[in-house]
Amino acid sequence: MGYDLKMRVWRGDQSGGELGDYTVEVSEGEVVLDALHRVQATQAGDLAIRWNCKAGKCGSCSAEINGKPRLLCMTRLSDFEESETITVTPMRTFPVIRDLVTDVSYNYEKAKELPYFEPPPRDSDGKRRMAQIDVERGQEFRKCIECFLCQNTCHVVRDHEDNKPAFAGPRFFLRYAELDMHPLDTHDRRELAQGAAGLGMCNITKCCTEVCPEGIKITDNAIIPMKERVADKKFDPLVWLGSKIGIRNKDNDGRTEV
Amino acid sequence: MASTDARQSKVQSVPSSAGVGGPTRARINAKTLRTDRWWLTPLATFLVFFAFIVYATFRAFYGHDYYSAPYLSPFYSPCLGDCVGGASDFGRPFQAFPLSAALIVLIFPLGFRLTCYYYRKAYYRAFWLSPPACAVAEPHQKYSGETRFPLILQNVHRYFWYAAVVVGVVLTYDVVLAFRNEQDEWGHMGLGTLLMLVNVVLIWLYTLSCHSCRHAVGGRLRHFSKHPVRYKMWTFVSKLNTRHAQFAWYSLFSVALVDLYIYLLAANVFDDPRFF
Repeated sequence: MGYDLKMRVWRGDQSGGELGDYTVEVSEGEVVLDALHRVQATQAGDLAIRWNCKAGKCGSCSAEINGKPRLLCMTRLSDFEESETITVTPMRTFPVIRDLVTDVSYNYEKAKELPYFEPPPRDSDGKRRMAQIDVERGQEFRKCIECFLCQNTCHVVRDHEDNKPAFAGPRFFLRYAELDMHPLDTHDRRELAQGAAGLGMCNITKCCTEVCPEGIKITDNAIIPMKERVADKKFDPLVWLGSKIGIRNKDNDGRTEV
Repeated sequence: MASTDARQSKVQSVPSSAGVGGPTRARINAKTLRTDRWWLTPLATFLVFFAFIVYATFRAFYGHDYYSAPYLSPFYSPCLGDCVGGASDFGRPFQAFPLSAALIVLIFPLGFRLTCYYYRKAYYRAFWLSPPACAVAEPHQKYSGETRFPLILQNVHRYFWYAAVVVGVVLTYDVVLAFRNEQDEWGHMGLGTLLMLVNVVLIWLYTLSCHSCRHAVGGRLRHFSKHPVRYKMWTFVSKLNTRHAQFAWYSLFSVALVDLYIYLLAANVFDDPRFF
């Protein structure tokens, strides 16, 4: 059963722009991206949208729908009243290129700053071994599709452009945590996470978790554990004392600080 | 319309206050385009927390009506100052303290909640509007998070957790003592005992679901496989941890309710219904 959907779509670039009004026929079961494609096909052939898989796995079609950071392809029209006007804007944390397309290269710059996985030498038989339960812990973090909705919604950079050089953002705290929990990695990134990556800037208000389309518990399972690991290293005199007199567990042995 | 040349023009100095209104961002005047009632949760949080702060401050400084045999208010436990007879189960080492005895011990549960990862989220949003809600622009020009004094002190949370465990043990002991009657005879129970029991269960659930607890029991490890017992403990705490916010709210209400109940008993507003 089709109906006419009223949409407001931000059109413009860095020199300026405005919300344009469109009315488009949509069908039951469609998503916001379908409606935008119909606008593009019938009324605004030059409407710029970044998209690819239409299945919530490529992380391309991130935008803001009625002010909420979401994937265009995973937001069902049935979530809204038929009479409701749906407003779609580009992500508001990154420089806009045109219409709904933003320049997300900030995230790739931050990825480059993160020291890569560094495994130890292989066992004598040429293999490396990890226990299953040690591997499982990081699997949640591997679900990240790099849509950068968490980076977009994080107020540390969304509301403070000047923090961008000093703040890696939730997606990369996820990566720091994943590597820090990795049973084989030999890098110790705790100082780096607190210093160069700006983990201390995070005030754990959990918006990254709220908007994650993969449902990753970014704050509870990555950022807070990482903050606690940093506290072990930098802020806890008892841990320091324990390490001096040799009663600490040896779990971090063999790691070198980067 | 510009083309992808926008990539080249993005590098420019921006005012430190530039947020969603910055020169490279999509020009949208509204601070948020959210159409839901995003303000409701921070408003409700603000009102409830503020009410608790007012009540707790009044009770902490009041210094009276905190003990009605056999019940001792959780705000005054352990009672280490110049306490009324029967309230001091651990002696009176601070008998010379001139102010309310609650002020000696309340710093520990207060500090635990103040530095709690859940409460931080709640009050940063509700009291400091940083941010008020997701994708709603915050009003502050500058932001340094928890990198500087005083907020860098949030990193002491684990020490308050250690103290909170001790407080939990003391409150549990108080519940045991509450299974007496006014003549100190064992095997009795009243409505106050039941309220204290519920409260201490909620306090323990809140304390054990703490993120620092989760880290201490096993989260800090990199090899669960080498520590099977700690892995089991971590798994248990992780399950509780998913409901940490709920326990934070429930225990906040329960501790205030128990204190209020004992306050009213001590002030002779009504008598404690005894079950047996």
